[in-house]
Amino acid sequence: MAQILSLREAIAELVHDGDSVSMEGFTHLIPFAAGHEVIRQGRRHLELIRMTPDVIYDRLIGMGCADKLVFSWGGNPGVGSLYRFRDAVEHAWPVPLELEEHSHAGMANRYVAGASGLPFAVLRGYVGTDLAMHTPSIAPITCPFTGETLTAVPALRPQVTIIHAQRADPEGNVQLWGITGVQKEAVLAAERCLVTVEEIVPELEPVPGSVIIPAWVVTAVAVAPGGSHPSYAQGYSTRDNHAYREWASISKDRQTFLAWMQANVLDASTPAPAS
Amino acid sequence: MSDNGGRYEDDEMMTIAAARALRDRRVCFVGIGMPSTAANLARLVHAPDLVLVYESGTIGARPTYLPLSIGDEVLAVTAQSVVSVPEIFNYWLQPGRIDIGFLSAAQLDRWGNINTTFIGDDYSRPTVRLPGAGGAPEIAASCKEVIVIVRHTPKIFVNKLDFVTSLGHGAGAGDRARLGLTGRGPTVVITDLGILEPDADTHELTLTSLHPGVTLAQVEDATGWPLSAIPQPAVTPPPTDHELTGLRRLEATRTPS
Repeated sequence: MAQILSLREAIAELVHDGDSVSMEGFTHLIPFAAGHEVIRQGRRHLELIRMTPDVIYDRLIGMGCADKLVFSWGGNPGVGSLYRFRDAVEHAWPVPLELEEHSHAGMANRYVAGASGLPFAVLRGYVGTDLAMHTPSIAPITCPFTGETLTAVPALRPQVTIIHAQRADPEGNVQLWGITGVQKEAVLAAERCLVTVEEIVPELEPVPGSVIIPAWVVTAVAVAPGGSHPSYAQGYSTRDNHAYREWASISKDRQTFLAWMQANVLDASTPAPAS
Repeated sequence: MSDNGGRYEDDEMMTIAAARALRDRRVCFVGIGMPSTAANLARLVHAPDLVLVYESGTIGARPTYLPLSIGDEVLAVTAQSVVSVPEIFNYWLQPGRIDIGFLSAAQLDRWGNINTTFIGDDYSRPTVRLPGAGGAPEIAASCKEVIVIVRHTPKIFVNKLDFVTSLGHGAGAGDRARLGLTGRGPTVVITDLGILEPDADTHELTLTSLHPGVTLAQVEDATGWPLSAIPQPAVTPPPTDHELTGLRRLEATRTPS
C-alpha cells in the first residue's frame, strides 16, 4: 500500500540532492506542484529526466536545481524557446547543465526497457542523424536473427519518478485518463515514485481508456488539487495556454524570472497536508 | 489576389499550398505549429477524412479549434483512440503505417536534411540552443513520405547544416536506401515563396513552382546554395476564397492569448 503524505513530506522523503528524477506528463498532467516543492526545498545536483522538459523544468533549471538533463525536446509547445534551459546551455547560468539528448522514440523505449527490467531497448531510430555523435547512450546493434543493424538505447531507471494523476483511492491505487503519455512506464522504471492527485475518492469508478497504477507499485500519494497547472488534468481543468505564452516574457530575463519565482513559488505556501 | 480578388499574406499562401498537398483519407503524423494548421485546413476544405495522428498518442483527432500544443485536451476528446507515447512510436510510426510526416525546420539543406538542435559551431556551447529532436528523426525515417513546411530565408535554407537532426535525402540519391530507410523522405518542401521537390535523379531540392508574384531571383536570394529550378517553374494557383475563408476561420479559433 502506498503512503498518503502531504506534498511537503513526500518531496522531503523521496527526493534527495543528487538524485535522478523523472517528472513525466506529455503536455497533460504535468506535475507542476511537485516541481515547485522541489524548488522550495532547495534540491541541488539533480539529474532531471523528461521527454519534453517544458516550463516546469525551465523553472527547476533556472533555479539551479539540476546538473544534468536527459531529454528529447526542450521547448515551450506552440510558443517557442525555453529561455532558462537555453541560458543554462548557452551561458552555463546559473550553473552548467550537462545534456544527454535523445529522440522521443528513443526516450519512450528507454522507459519501456526500464519498466520491463531489461538493460536496453531496440528500435529503428537515429539513422543518419548527428545525435549519436554527441550522445554515447545511442549504439548500433545487430539483430541475431536477421543480421539487420538496429539501434540500442539503455534503460532509464530514475531513482524517483513523479507524476500527476486525476485521482487515487485511500489505498493509494491511482487512476489517470486522457493523454497518459509515458507515465506508467516512468513509474514502473523508477526505484520509488510519487503520484500527486487532484483528489482522493472512496472508490475508483471506471473511466473509458483510463490507466490504473496499483498501490503496490506506488511509494507515496499526495493530494495536490490543481497540481498540474498551467498544464491540465482532463475532467478537472483545462490547459492554461495564456500562462504558457506569458512564460516566454517572464523567463526571457534572469531578474524578471527570479522575481517571478520568488513571488509565485518560493513565497507561495505549500499546499495543505493531506487530511 | 485570391481567385476572387481578395488579398492574402505570404504565410497564408504557404499554409494553403501545404494543405493542398494532403489528399483525403491519408494518414498524417502532424507536428504543432504550421503543420497542424495546414493539416486542419485540409480537413476543413477538401480532405474531411484525413486521419491526423499527434505524437501525444492521439489517433484520428478531429479538433474543433487549433490546438496550441500537441497534447491539448481537444485532441484527446475528439480522437478515435488515445494510446501511450511508447505505443504511438513503436506500433504506429516505426512499422511505416503512416503515409505522411509533416515537419518544419530551423535549418534545411539542399537534400532536405533538417536541423532543429542548435545553431553554432560547438554542440556543447551553441550560439542558439533549439528544442531538439522530439519525434522528428523517426518521423523523417519511417513515414512513407515527408512534407516540409518552412519559411524561405537564407538563415533557414543553408548550404551546410550545423547539425543533422532528421535525415532527408542524406548526401543525395541512394543514401536513404543505403541506410535501410523504407520511407521516401521529403517529397515536397513548401515555403512562403514557392514549392521545391527533389530531382528525380539526384534528389537535390529543385524549385518547381513559384507563388504568385514571386520571382526566381527572389527565391535564389533567399537560398543559401546555388538553387536549381526546373526550366519553366509553374505558378502556384492563388488561394481560393474558400481556402482563405477556411484558414482565417481556423486561425480565429486559436486560444486567445
